[in-house]
Amino acid sequence: MEKFEKLTGIAAPLPLINVDTDMIIPKQFLKTIKRSGLGKNLFDEMRYDDDGNEIPDFVLNKPQYRDAEILVAGDNFGCGSSREHAPWAIKDFGIRCVIAPSFADIFFNNCFKNGILPIALPQEQVDILMKDAEKGANARMIVDLENQTVTTSDGEVIAFEVDQFKKHCLLEGLDDIGLTMEKAPAIDAFEAKASAERPWV
Amino acid sequence: MSPKTLYDKIWDAHLVHEAEDGTSLLYIDRHLVHEVTSPQAFEGLRMAGRKVRKPENTIAVPDHNVPTTPDRVKGIQNEESRIQVEALDKNAKDFGINYYPVNDIRQGIVHIVGPEQGWTLPGMTVVCGDSHTATHGAFGALAHGIGTSEVEHVLATQTLIQTKSKNMKVEITGQLQPGVTAKDITLSVIGHTGTAGGTGYVIEYCGEAIRSLSMEGRMTVCNMAIEGGARAGLIAPDEVTFDYIKGRPHTPKGAQWEAAMAWWKTLYSDDDAHWDKVVTIRGEDIAPVVTWGTSPEDVLPITDVVPDPADFEGGKVDAAKRALDYMGLEPGQKLSDIEIDTVFIGSCTNGRIEDLRAAAEILKGKKIKEGLRAMVVPGSGLVRAQAEEEGLADIFQEAGFEWRLAGCSMCLAMNPDQLSPGERCAATSNRNFEGRQGRGGRTHLMSPQMAAAAAVTGKLTDVREMM
Ligand code: SF4
Repeated sequence: MEKFEKLTGIAAPLPLINVDTDMIIPKQFLKTIKRSGLGKNLFDEMRYDDDGNEIPDFVLNKPQYRDAEILVAGDNFGCGSSREHAPWAIKDFGIRCVIAPSFADIFFNNCFKNGILPIALPQEQVDILMKDAEKGANARMIVDLENQTVTTSDGEVIAFEVDQFKKHCLLEGLDDIGLTMEKAPAIDAFEAKASAERPWV
Repeated sequence: MSPKTLYDKIWDAHLVHEAEDGTSLLYIDRHLVHEVTSPQAFEGLRMAGRKVRKPENTIAVPDHNVPTTPDRVKGIQNEESRIQVEALDKNAKDFGINYYPVNDIRQGIVHIVGPEQGWTLPGMTVVCGDSHTATHGAFGALAHGIGTSEVEHVLATQTLIQTKSKNMKVEITGQLQPGVTAKDITLSVIGHTGTAGGTGYVIEYCGEAIRSLSMEGRMTVCNMAIEGGARAGLIAPDEVTFDYIKGRPHTPKGAQWEAAMAWWKTLYSDDDAHWDKVVTIRGEDIAPVVTWGTSPEDVLPITDVVPDPADFEGGKVDAAKRALDYMGLEPGQKLSDIEIDTVFIGSCTNGRIEDLRAAAEILKGKKIKEGLRAMVVPGSGLVRAQAEEEGLADIFQEAGFEWRLAGCSMCLAMNPDQLSPGERCAATSNRNFEGRQGRGGRTHLMSPQMAAAAAVTGKLTDVREMM
């Protein structure tokens, strides 16, 4: 997995609540058997009209946000399905960090597995970052995972919380499966005990 | 021993390892797999030269992409869908996992097939790369949806890295009024808590009204726990549960059944267990409901009117405006005046036999409104066969419904069953998101009875007027 350490980039404002996974990547793009190539269809139905032309008003179509690496959004971001195609599409577009007041559980987990850092902050702080993001391409935010801070283009520093294990994995680019496989003896022991206690499973 | 909730008990029984920071390795008893969220996971295994750790506890079935028209026996026309289903055929074979292929009578929606075949049992941990895995919580199993990386993780290690959620109790007291169903309970709870109200929690549903539900109804309730933001929904097992699972192909038999029962009977929340959040709703207060917007929390009794965005607060004001615009509705409009074009009865929320019986009961001897498109998509081949045997298929077809083969179908419209822009649908599924049932499609969620009533009148209808 790609490491996430420190990111200085353009932040795109998306002040919508309940941005669901169908919005992030509509189902017609779930038919792929690959992980890559979904970025062009990120937010497809908001981004393109029926004929496939870009809708100029949509934030990621605006010239100043085409290279955004951070997304600032409203409450309950990523609600809906478990499709990992949502973080894959976000990552493939080039976004490595999403900031919102809250996230849906599965989406939140899926981000970490794909080198994306989701940051949950109180509404007032998201409001500050949203305002900053609205300034466009000249305003660059700094997301520093090691120190757990977001710095606005004006130099205001906002601290955030992150699960320490997830932080460690992101910083080091660690693959969960490899880590868990190191615990094989514990899994073997558990299975032996469980099959004695609950043989019907 | 300190008192525990049901969630605590299942969690403790599956804990393989706990790190100091609370990150835990949880053992997974059953892993359900479908064609959309698994190809990249199997690809990952192959690339790393890994095997499936417990193929005998891994169950796969194609459901999301499969056409539901009778001609599907001749093969899937859409190339991408066909490739995805063929990938699952191959992966199931290569890795030796249990498999119900497309033309097997036991094929169906993964969350209907699991319980039907007896794979889902009380006290288990169940995962699937699908958010509606919450359905299996109806058996007192800890069941949650996972992403594809986690699918790969479970395939390889039979465990999942988790941190423990908080405990939330949702109690539905008393009894439901006539015409009110499990679907109305679960939608009303979301209306009450909001779609983020359950975030960070595992919900246990309890109370007299829940106890009075059949297993089918309980599955409907737990199915939508995810729409309330919760990681999982649970209902403690009881005689209703045991009666349902007894004798199914993969449930324990003989002495094993007795041993299992002894443990299953300990699976309830202790009286003085700690709850981080409690919600209580009177069963008598729940009305037949419909959704008006594009989030499952946008729900109101059918007797109500479309709300005014100005009545909301914060981000919800804009969200409601956007929703009304998308749905083509005006504030103040009576919900029961909203005319529909299409009716969809099916999905893992309401595609079980009891749902079909309830809808057929309303439709008996009636015809659907002229010009309407209406379809029933049974949740599994076995549900379909049983409905045919009971004469329900005839009732639907005589009323003017299409009678389809099993699959997810118009619940998410990955197969050819889709709404066109502006087409308005009364649906028994679980999500009314923008574009969910087809680009520009407008979805109103409701119970099977309410969908049947809407089919007859051609508009959203209070089913109580037809009972
Ligand atoms: S029926 Fe709908 S909600 Fe259920 S698994 Fe299929 S697509 Fe998902």
